[in-house]
Amino acid sequence: MLLSLEPRGQQSRLMLWCSPLLAAVLTLGCGSLLFIALGHDPLQTLYTLLIAPISDLYGVSEWLIKTLPILLCALGLAVAYQARIWNIGAEGQLLLGALAGSAVAVNIIDVQSRWALVLILLTGTLAGAAWAALTAWLRTRFNANEILTSIMLNYIALNLLLFCVHGPLKDPAGFNFPESAMFGEASRLPLLLDDGRVHAGLYFALLALVAVWVLLQKSFVGFQIKVLGLDARAAGFAGFRQKPLVWLALLISGALAGLAGVCEVAGPIGQLVPQVSPGYGYAAITVAFLGRLNPIGILFASLLMALLYIGGESAQMSLNLPQAITQLFQGMMLFFLLACDVLILYRPRLNLRWIRRARTTAVQAGAL
Amino acid sequence: MDIDLLSNIFYAMVRCGTPLLLVALGELVCEKSGVLNLGQEGMMLFGAVIGFIVAFNSGHLWLGVLLAMAAGMLLSALFALVALVFNANQVATGLALTIFGVGLSSFVGAAWVGKPLAGFEPLAIPYLSDIPLIGRMLFAQDLLVYLSFALFALVAWVIVKSRAGLIIQAVGENPDAASAMGLPVLWVRTLAVLFGGAMAGLAGAYLSLAYTPMWAENMSAGRGWIALALVVFASWRVWRLLLGAYLFGLASILHLVAQGLGLAIPSSLLAMLPYAATILVLVLLSRDAVRTRLYAPVSLGQPWQAGH
Repeated sequence: MLLSLEPRGQQSRLMLWCSPLLAAVLTLGCGSLLFIALGHDPLQTLYTLLIAPISDLYGVSEWLIKTLPILLCALGLAVAYQARIWNIGAEGQLLLGALAGSAVAVNIIDVQSRWALVLILLTGTLAGAAWAALTAWLRTRFNANEILTSIMLNYIALNLLLFCVHGPLKDPAGFNFPESAMFGEASRLPLLLDDGRVHAGLYFALLALVAVWVLLQKSFVGFQIKVLGLDARAAGFAGFRQKPLVWLALLISGALAGLAGVCEVAGPIGQLVPQVSPGYGYAAITVAFLGRLNPIGILFASLLMALLYIGGESAQMSLNLPQAITQLFQGMMLFFLLACDVLILYRPRLNLRWIRRARTTAVQAGAL
Repeated sequence: MDIDLLSNIFYAMVRCGTPLLLVALGELVCEKSGVLNLGQEGMMLFGAVIGFIVAFNSGHLWLGVLLAMAAGMLLSALFALVALVFNANQVATGLALTIFGVGLSSFVGAAWVGKPLAGFEPLAIPYLSDIPLIGRMLFAQDLLVYLSFALFALVAWVIVKSRAGLIIQAVGENPDAASAMGLPVLWVRTLAVLFGGAMAGLAGAYLSLAYTPMWAENMSAGRGWIALALVVFASWRVWRLLLGAYLFGLASILHLVAQGLGLAIPSSLLAMLPYAATILVLVLLSRDAVRTRLYAPVSLGQPWQAGH
């Protein structure tokens, strides 16, 4: 082979952080090729996708709003993935948070007290945690694979949500639309700025960011979680009890996703609708990996992902490109990341002997 | 319940179980060789959309089927490159493949959503299809269902009886020993992954060309994931895969049964059933950790490199 991979013998710290950047660059490169193939000007399309949507203050506030749910979900997933618990269920946990929060909210529309909001947020967060607890229970008690159970619970949560907006939670005065009533003023997250829709959920996201950072980087529990993820047997020998750690990681994961969900309905949306989440929980998987399961990395990755979301919307409106471009880029990025990660442990090497031999063969062929 | 209703239920059960069977057969071969490919859902959707677009524009259903299989193989080749050659984590790579496939298929198919297509029609075999109860189920299906019967027989024969099956299983149980015996481990695994991709593409084509002849985003609705659970349910044995696929087919058509019995249950609640059944099955079968360890291919999901 012309190109061969040579083991480095140790992790390259440089590549550990360069690989996500490389993946992002490769994704944009591939995307440009795609735009050219579709007959669009690649630079202009990239501008529409990534720069135009955030060129004014309103755009920036929309960007922040989209970042919040992705960031919250991805932070939770990072905790689970550090322990090698493959929670794919952030989407379902988010939906359940939104659903449970709304179920409370529509019953206290007239309550004027700020406690209404607290109650709703708590319910949503707990519901997300409870949905993840199902996965934890199935895993620890019955040894059921958490990837499959959490995915199945996503589909169940979505159908539960659809059932509720078409049935018990449907707004009686809503002309039969599958939507809940609008929440009362006191149940809505307060806005932070006069311009735009940035809401108090931002504080929760920042708080979660710090909390997860402290948990993973500074606490003993975080250390235990990491050891469990690196080598479950070693964790056993060290006397770390596996089951409580699995529970903890999944509960944190679910609670943050639930909080993300309830912040969506109590924040920008203001009611329960079937499309609470355009796949935030799935996007968070890519974000968690792209951010190297590190809270700071995840912050940047979720900003990038949110940008792709609003960019996808603007590309649809102004260039008539399918909005699915967001998911497409998401998938490409994760793929490129995994492929680039090979460079962490291996060094690519041009095989000169191969060229020399090829040349000799050619010369011999010429001599004949 | 009269016999006509029962015969209809059996018929719909097989129709509904067919895509699951096709994906699960591919994944079974893949897992037997030691590779866990979680990208089934993505490959299936890409197959579905490519199959639909090709059939819609060319007017040839079989060309659609063929290119759908090629599309599934193309994505699985990406998986093989990253997971087998670059030795990336198979779980993460499979997830990436699903996310990529879902996005790619929605992107490619955006202009084809809701377009009508005359798909595969049922083809009743004279006399045989008149057998009460099982006649319609086995002999009045469309050609792709018959193809799934044949593919099941082929995979069963390959795994249980053939030398190729022994090689695949040797590679999956102990790649080091297999390699020492001179078997090309990476090639066997790559071929198994490609076969899985082709089967997922075929299952996708079945969805968009026969089951519901149209294209809609995410039309596979988690069938790729259910198929993964099916392989666990079957304890990696091919006969139980057939049984499982049709049982899940039955779970997804329970709304027909409910209608037949005159029950009024909201459709979104009934739609949960296959997923809930999947969880239940996983619980029942994984409870005994020893048993799972006994049947699962030993090197399942482990990266492997020559000379280690």
